[in-house]
Amino acid sequence: MSDNNPTQAPLLDIQDLQVNFHTRRGLVRAVRNLNLSINEGETLALVGESGCGKSVTAHAITRLVPMPPGDIASGSILFRGDNLLDLSEREMRTLRGSKISMIFQEPMTSLNPVFTIGTQIAEVFRTHTNMGKKEAFEKAVELLDLVKIPAPAKRAQSYPHQLSGGMRQRAMIAMALASPEPGLMIADEPTTALDVTIQAQILQLLSELKERVGMSILLITHDMGVVAETADRVAVMYAGRKVEDAPVEELFANPQHPYAAGLLGCQPSSPQNKGAHRLESIDGSVPDLLSIGEECPFSNRCPNASDRCRAGFPEKSEAGPNHAYWCHHPISNSGVAS
Amino acid sequence: MQRIGRFEQTKPARLPDGPVLALASLLGREPSFMLKFVAKRLVSLIPTLLGVVTLVFFMIALTPGDPARIMLGERANAEQLAQLRAELGLDQPLVKQYGLYLSRVVRGDLGNSIISQQKITDELSERLPATIELALMATLFASILGIVLGVAAARKRNSWVDYTTMTGALVGVSMPVFWLALVLIMVFSIFLDLLPTGGRIDVRIYFKPITNFYLLDGLILMLKGEGTEVFVSALKHIILPTIALGTIPLAIIARTTRSSMLEVLKQDYVKTARAAGVKERKVVYRYALRNALLPVVTVIGIQFGLLLSGAILTETIFSWPGIGKWIYHAIGARDFPAVQGGILFISIFFVLINLTVDLLYSVINPRIRLK
Repeated sequence: MSDNNPTQAPLLDIQDLQVNFHTRRGLVRAVRNLNLSINEGETLALVGESGCGKSVTAHAITRLVPMPPGDIASGSILFRGDNLLDLSEREMRTLRGSKISMIFQEPMTSLNPVFTIGTQIAEVFRTHTNMGKKEAFEKAVELLDLVKIPAPAKRAQSYPHQLSGGMRQRAMIAMALASPEPGLMIADEPTTALDVTIQAQILQLLSELKERVGMSILLITHDMGVVAETADRVAVMYAGRKVEDAPVEELFANPQHPYAAGLLGCQPSSPQNKGAHRLESIDGSVPDLLSIGEECPFSNRCPNASDRCRAGFPEKSEAGPNHAYWCHHPISNSGVAS
Repeated sequence: MQRIGRFEQTKPARLPDGPVLALASLLGREPSFMLKFVAKRLVSLIPTLLGVVTLVFFMIALTPGDPARIMLGERANAEQLAQLRAELGLDQPLVKQYGLYLSRVVRGDLGNSIISQQKITDELSERLPATIELALMATLFASILGIVLGVAAARKRNSWVDYTTMTGALVGVSMPVFWLALVLIMVFSIFLDLLPTGGRIDVRIYFKPITNFYLLDGLILMLKGEGTEVFVSALKHIILPTIALGTIPLAIIARTTRSSMLEVLKQDYVKTARAAGVKERKVVYRYALRNALLPVVTVIGIQFGLLLSGAILTETIFSWPGIGKWIYHAIGARDFPAVQGGILFISIFFVLINLTVDLLYSVINPRIRLK
């Protein structure tokens, strides 16, 4: 059921993943029947509003979903053919930080305030190799240089609070690269907390590093501008479900799901908003995950919604090669499209 | 979460560089930031201590009761009283008395005890090691156990470990020290006959104290090859007072560690460490604990100060010949100079401990190593 190109085995292949949270108010189905794959060297953007399951997916891949209350109920996550969900905690730990690394939204709080940047990066090297303290620190300085931090040897001695937000995010990226063979980098909203010019620099850096190190990136974001700049392919999530999956140009040119189209419409830079006086918005708000049954979760906000939508979640449809969507009334058929 | 550096709060506005430069020339190198900081803090102690002296003096002076009357008893006549008052300087106006007291204190003279006629400074320094030894042991006991239990409770939040520890802490913090001390004596000394009921060392052991810290003396004698008798006896005698004195701080430290640790374990950098594949043990004890200890260090410092001064009950019950027991007797006998001297002494200690805590703080937390 995966959507990847069958000629090449994907780096990461998530199949039918279900992640639930047992809360006081009831069962929250944060991720439902998710299929997602990332090819070697590819940047996949996972897009959606807050609470749609993007971050939970990322945490499920690294098995850092807090359990309890979290629960990976079913599915498999194949990384280079091995199911991560079957690994022991010890095996999983050797993957974390070496072959699968993560960077987070808040560079402010993601670095430990009581250790120097260099020490923290060196620590990751030392966790995954049998490098000595000094060698690991030298490697850390090299990485700081790689992420274009000026005067890296000096900066390695700095504490996080002595660095600017952009520098800290660079240091986080360096930390994520602190491994003999980086495979997948999960970037959870890496630029959200940064100002616009720094954002562009960090995205540029990520793209460059991807080429240089030969890794894949899972980019989690809600910013379509970031997607356009960085991603090869986009998966749009809504309330725990994937609703559209397409190469980036294809999605921007020809969105099928009304939610994907709505997201693009909210973007000041999108072509459909050229010369527009008002930005579009999507009416309504994200439904409470507790109250969603088997219906299409977008049906209460969708301009095209019908009884069919409220009766059940649609099957997969294809709009072209590698372009899949899950909608009974896609834009191209309904004629509501711009 | 923005933590305000403790340095900022306590840093005096502007202090002369004189002592700093003097220190630097003594060490023969450019003064480091730390050195400057210590020097400045030491200078800023002067007004604090002046305040303490003033407060202690007036507190005692304004307490009702005539020291001369107490010393001479009910049957003394007016002439005798007047003579003694003149000797003690009590016939002078209060302000003048204060001035005299201050000038003596500055020269390190706290006067003589009314009861023993000994110099108060001698009496204090004779008893100080006993008090410090006990306070240190109690602080160590409370800190080590408190941090371990606090971390365990935070890691296993809402488990039986957490509930047991926190219930124990609540009981510990609510238990009166004198009651706990008596129960300990009853159980361990009387019923089980395992440990002595009081004193610092078995009276049958004759030895010449070297440092007056009996545990340390015992160790020195052991290293000299003169037997373990002193050390073992000193250790046996200090166990019950340590537990009695350390229980409340233990409970407070465990609770502080738990809540601080819970806060820190939620932080993003802990997630970062986990996502980097660092072992859970290391995540907790290296990455998280170091941050969680910041408020705990403050609490430990304050508790240590309180133990130095607050050991009055414990020392009295266990006949521990320290400052607490001495002050207790001085209060009972209305020995005003002794009470004054004792309180002043303890206050100075408290202030010095605060300084040490501040210094420790900057070692643990680089964010407050401000230039």
